[in-house]
Parts: sequence; C-alpha cells; structure tokens
Amino acid sequence: MTTVAVKPATMAQALGRALRDAMTDDPTVHVMGEDVGALGGVFRVTDGLAKEFGEDRVTDTPLAEAGILGTAVGMAMYGLRPVVEMQFDAFAYPAFEQLISHVAKMRNRTRGAMPLPLTVRVPYGGGIGGVEHHSDSSEAYYMATPGLHVVTPATVADAYGLLREAIASDDPVVFLEPKRLYWSKDSWNPDEPQAVEPIGRAVVRRPGRSATLITYGPSVPVCLEAADAARAEGWDLEVVDLRSLVPFDDETVAASVRRTGRAVVVHESGGYGGPGGEIAARVTERCFHHLEAPVLRVAGFDIPYPPPMLERHHLPGVDRILDAVARLQWEAQS
Amino acid sequence: MTVMEQRGAYRPTPPPAWQPRTDPAPLLPDALPHRVLGTRAADRADPDLLRRLYAELVRGRRYNAQATALTKQGRLAVYPSSTGQEACEVAAALVLEERDWLFPSYRDTLAAVARGLDPVQALTLLRGDRHTGYDPHEHRIAPLCTPLATQLPHAVGLAHAARLKGDDVVALALVGDGGTSEGDFHEALNFAAVWQAPVVFLVQNNGFAISVPLAKQTAAPSLAHKAVGYGMPGRLVDGNDAAAVHEVLGEAIARARAGLGPTLVEAVTYRMEAHTNADDDKRYREDAEVEAWRAHDPIALLERELTERGLLDEDGMRAVREDAEAMAADLRERMNQDPVLDPMDLFAHVYARPTTHLLEQEAQLRAELDAEARHHDDDADAQSHEPEGTTR
Repeated sequence: MTTVAVKPATMAQALGRALRDAMTDDPTVHVMGEDVGALGGVFRVTDGLAKEFGEDRVTDTPLAEAGILGTAVGMAMYGLRPVVEMQFDAFAYPAFEQLISHVAKMRNRTRGAMPLPLTVRVPYGGGIGGVEHHSDSSEAYYMATPGLHVVTPATVADAYGLLREAIASDDPVVFLEPKRLYWSKDSWNPDEPQAVEPIGRAVVRRPGRSATLITYGPSVPVCLEAADAARAEGWDLEVVDLRSLVPFDDETVAASVRRTGRAVVVHESGGYGGPGGEIAARVTERCFHHLEAPVLRVAGFDIPYPPPMLERHHLPGVDRILDAVARLQWEAQS
Repeated sequence: MTVMEQRGAYRPTPPPAWQPRTDPAPLLPDALPHRVLGTRAADRADPDLLRRLYAELVRGRRYNAQATALTKQGRLAVYPSSTGQEACEVAAALVLEERDWLFPSYRDTLAAVARGLDPVQALTLLRGDRHTGYDPHEHRIAPLCTPLATQLPHAVGLAHAARLKGDDVVALALVGDGGTSEGDFHEALNFAAVWQAPVVFLVQNNGFAISVPLAKQTAAPSLAHKAVGYGMPGRLVDGNDAAAVHEVLGEAIARARAGLGPTLVEAVTYRMEAHTNADDDKRYREDAEVEAWRAHDPIALLERELTERGLLDEDGMRAVREDAEAMAADLRERMNQDPVLDPMDLFAHVYARPTTHLLEQEAQLRAELDAEARHHDDDADAQSHEPEGTTR
C-alpha cells in the first residue's frame, strides 16, 4: 500500500473540489451566480470550473439574486441540478421570495411531483473585516422556513463531504459557508476525500466532561479555543459541531448534555429569535432532569452588524464563552 | 459552439427571420394593437383555427361562469375570473405544442383547462384542498402561481435548461399588468434576453391590478415598450381578438424556437368582472366603462367573423354551446362532491428525507387522529346501545 501525500488544503479549495467532482459525476449539475466564471467567484471557490466545464455549465449570471434563484428553479423543474452561489449573506435577501415561496415549497405544492434538487451556497458570518452588508448571519431566517435543509461546515473535510451530499440531495439545501474559515487549512487529500458523517448528524469535535458547547460553522474553532483555555480553569469542555441546523441532530446533542449536565449554545447570529433559543428549548425539553444549570447562549448582540473596526466586540469570543461557562451554577455542586 | 456562445448580444440590425423594420428603434411595438378579426388579415386566417378558437372561447366563458357560481355555493373558496380575457387564455393554450410549457398565474386556470388540464384538477387550489391538483409534467403546465410574476424567472430557467439539453421546447409565461411592476418581471425579462432563452411573455393588460388602474402602475407608453430596454421585441395586440393574439404569440414562439430569443407581448383586454368574488369593483370603476368594453367582446368579435364569412352556421354554434353546457354540468357535478382528504398528507411531501422533528410531529398528529377515531367509535357504540324508544 502506498501512502498518499496529504497536503494542507483550504476550505475554499475543498468546496471547489466538491463542485468539480459533482460536475464530473453528474452532467445535470450546473453552477451559476455572480462572477463564478472567469473570476472563479469573489472567494475563488469556483476557480477553474468555467475553463473545465464551459460557460453552459458554469454561468456568470446578470446581477440579480431573485433572477438567479428564480431561473435556477426553472432549470431544476426541467431536471437540472443547479448550484447557485449568492455572493454574500446580505446580498441573498433579494432572492428570499423565490427561496421561501418556491424553492422551499415546490415539492409540497406539487405533492412530490416537482421536487427542486438545488443547492444555494451562501458565504456567511463576520470576522473578515467586511464593510457593511458583508457579514450577516442569516441562518435563523432559513431554518425557520419548512422545506429547506440548512447545512454549515466547520472543517475542510466537512466542506467537501457536506457539499457533495447537499448537491446530491433531492431536497433544496441552503449551504452556509463560514467565510472566515475559507482560508482555514487542514490536512486533506483531495484525491481520496475522507468519508464524513452525513447531513443531519452532529459531531463531537472535542470530548469533555464538565459542560457542552453547542455550536456550528464559524464558531466551532472559537469554541475549541475556548475549551483549550478552559483547562486552566479546571473545566473539561465538550464541543459539539452541529453541521446542519435542519435537520437537527437532537440525539447527539442531548446525549452530550446528559453526560455533562451543562450547556452553552454559541453562535454569531443574534440571540433574540436566533438559533440558540430553539436549541436551548430542545435541550431543556429532552434533558431537564440532567441539567445542573439553565442552558445559556453566547450570541452576537441584537444589533445590526457593526462596522468592521468594532466587530470583535460583537462576535462571540473565547472570553465571553468562558464567562458563560462560569455562570453555569458550579457553586450548586459543592 | 456552446449555447451561451451562440446567444447574440443586442443587435441594432434585426435578426434574419424577424420582420425587418425601417425605423431607428427596431424593437419598438406598433403604435396600435395588432388586429385580425374584422380586418383584411382575417382572410388569411385558417378557418379551422377560427372555429377551434370560437369553441374554446364559448367553453371558457361558460367555465368562468360556472366557477364563479361555485364560489356562491361555497364550493370554491375564491375565484379570480378571466371573463372578458378568454381570447388571451384560449390563444395561449392553443398556440403551444404539446412539448412546450405553460406558466400560468392564479387567474389563468382557463388557459390550463384549454390546454387539456382536467377542470376539477385546475380548481383544487381555489377550492382549498390541494395547492396544485395536478402533476405539472403531465400537460407541461407549471403550478398556478399566486405570488405575482415569480413564475416568470421559472419559465426562463426552464426554457434555458431545455435549450442547453438541445430540446425543442418553448415556455410561455402569463402575467398581468400589475405583475409588470414586480422586480421578478424585470429580472426574468433581462435574464431571458441575455441568455436568448426560448421564452415568450404574455402580459394580459386587463386594466386593473385589483382596484389600481394601469395609469397608477406605469408611466410607460405601453407595457410592450418595456421589452426594448431588455433588448427584445415588444408586440402590442388586441387581447380580445383571439385570432390576433394567436398570430402574434405564434410568431413570437416561432422566433423563440428558431433560437432568436424572447418576446414580450402585451395583450390589451379588460377584466369584465371584479378581481375575485370577494372584491367590489363598484368602488373603483364606473358601469359605463365596463359596458363600453362589452361592445368589444371577444366572443362577439369572433362570432361576427365566422357568421359573415359563413364559416360556422347556427347548428354549429348550437353544438358549441351544448358542448360548453355539458362541460359545465360535469364540472358542477364533480365539484359538488366533497373532496376526500387525508390529514396525514400534511407531512407527506415536505422533504424527500423528512427531518426527525417532522417525524415526531407526524407521529403526534397520527396519535391525535387515532384518539379522535376512538372517541368517534365510543360515541357510535353508546348511541347503538341506547334503549329503544328514547328520543334524542
């Protein structure tokens, strides 16, 4: 057996490779969006695809998000499998009506006769110094819409595996790409991509006994860092990476919290009406008698995303996570 | 050469198969709506086509009347009538080949029925038992679309996909005058023109968006003028002249089929009835205006042509009316039966792969239904054991 040289790859490269492999395996897969052609996308995720597959399958569209998603709906109606790129989180809003009234509902409206197997890739979240309208965490809108799957990777291997599965899925998937992790590197062999857990399964990224940090996407590395720092305080934190917000893996999350007895949900999205409220409720409903303290949330403030020079005060960081962990009523134990 | 390479950018000179124009703005619509009936152009019209259009117009009006009656009997939740607009509806249905696709709005059940869809299946949305009562692939009719103009980009995407696959398929998308103000209308037209997609847009300008007249909707010289800005031809047609609508749509479809791209057709017509049965049109328009349009009725126009040219005699017309009555009687009878509904259908088609929390909710509803059924059985048992002679 020969050992394959495994080189570090970025998340953006893994996503690009997933698109390329999906297009190679399935001629109905089409990539479309703003600047996805010659430029390779503003984050270079589609780099080289137009050259390899031609303009018919990798299409620079006019600059109009409702039109991009609306035409993708029509293409999916005719049997294609479009992968749409929204350039930035906040620029996806013009496509909301198409997403909510058609993409999410078409299977249901037609009693299964007209499923729409399309993927909407959305770079999301902050932390890259983006100016106004470039750093939103819009996942709460998507996860509140029945009919959509909402997936977000936090590792290079997941970026590849989850995107391949999203494209192959017969359900429409909103694929949220944490843009500050685009350049994160991991040892990863593009020619033998490792198998990952399927969409709908959460993964314990770091086992621990004291408390569970429940998180996803861009906040996963932050939570891992917090868990490392917590050792000095005597806490052994478990980190659960949700990987998909819809479907939600109640089983893995509840099993972790039953073990640790304490939980903090961490995300960039605002706390009020955000994913954390739903997650805390689900954990409480399932683990009430195992909980030593209320489930806490560390979220972005309930403010419009701040100017980039102030964003570090807004984003959940290690200190804020450790402060929350400190508030998990440890005194009750003694 | 790929499809995307073939598409032409906006050309100042007209494409070869298109009627050459000598004015400096080749895409502009005619100043007056195109007409056939009552003009010399009618001599060239195919008599069989005229007879078919007539039969469908009469059926269509009867269908509208029957559907409106069904709202009064509580059999339909709501019905947006296309009475007065039958020429557009019918021509749109008849002009398409079987392999083509129709993208209707909520007011276009008649076009769907004229294309061959079962009238009851076309009405389930408005009865309230199924959002879409048919498989869109069967007659290639997209689901009746309620959010305005959002079906137009779908038509563009489908037509584009068909072209990419090398299929000879044209999509015809229907929209109203109000819908032309929506962003999706503009985006759809722009995408269609940039991609040179084989799609035709038919705007039925019936004068009103519920209560708002066209003058408050647009400042454009005509809705057909909007085509020019996207680099496609705009055509203006008399929407009550079924032969003219059929001809203009036919030319646009032939153009799309030849790879020459999309066309915007504005059909000038009039909504003779209120927006729906729930609307009160007395609040925003005068009877005299409605009466004036009665003189330009689509059925009367075609009937006059057929009679004057001896293409259909009184017996023929009676047969058409009898056929329409039979359709209405059948529709009435079938709509008077209560639809059979299964509450578990709520969960049947949300996802290909249902989420676990949906499966939990499905189980909850199942348990509620089982409990309901048990109560029902208990009640029935109690009643059957009542001593004889008791009165309730």
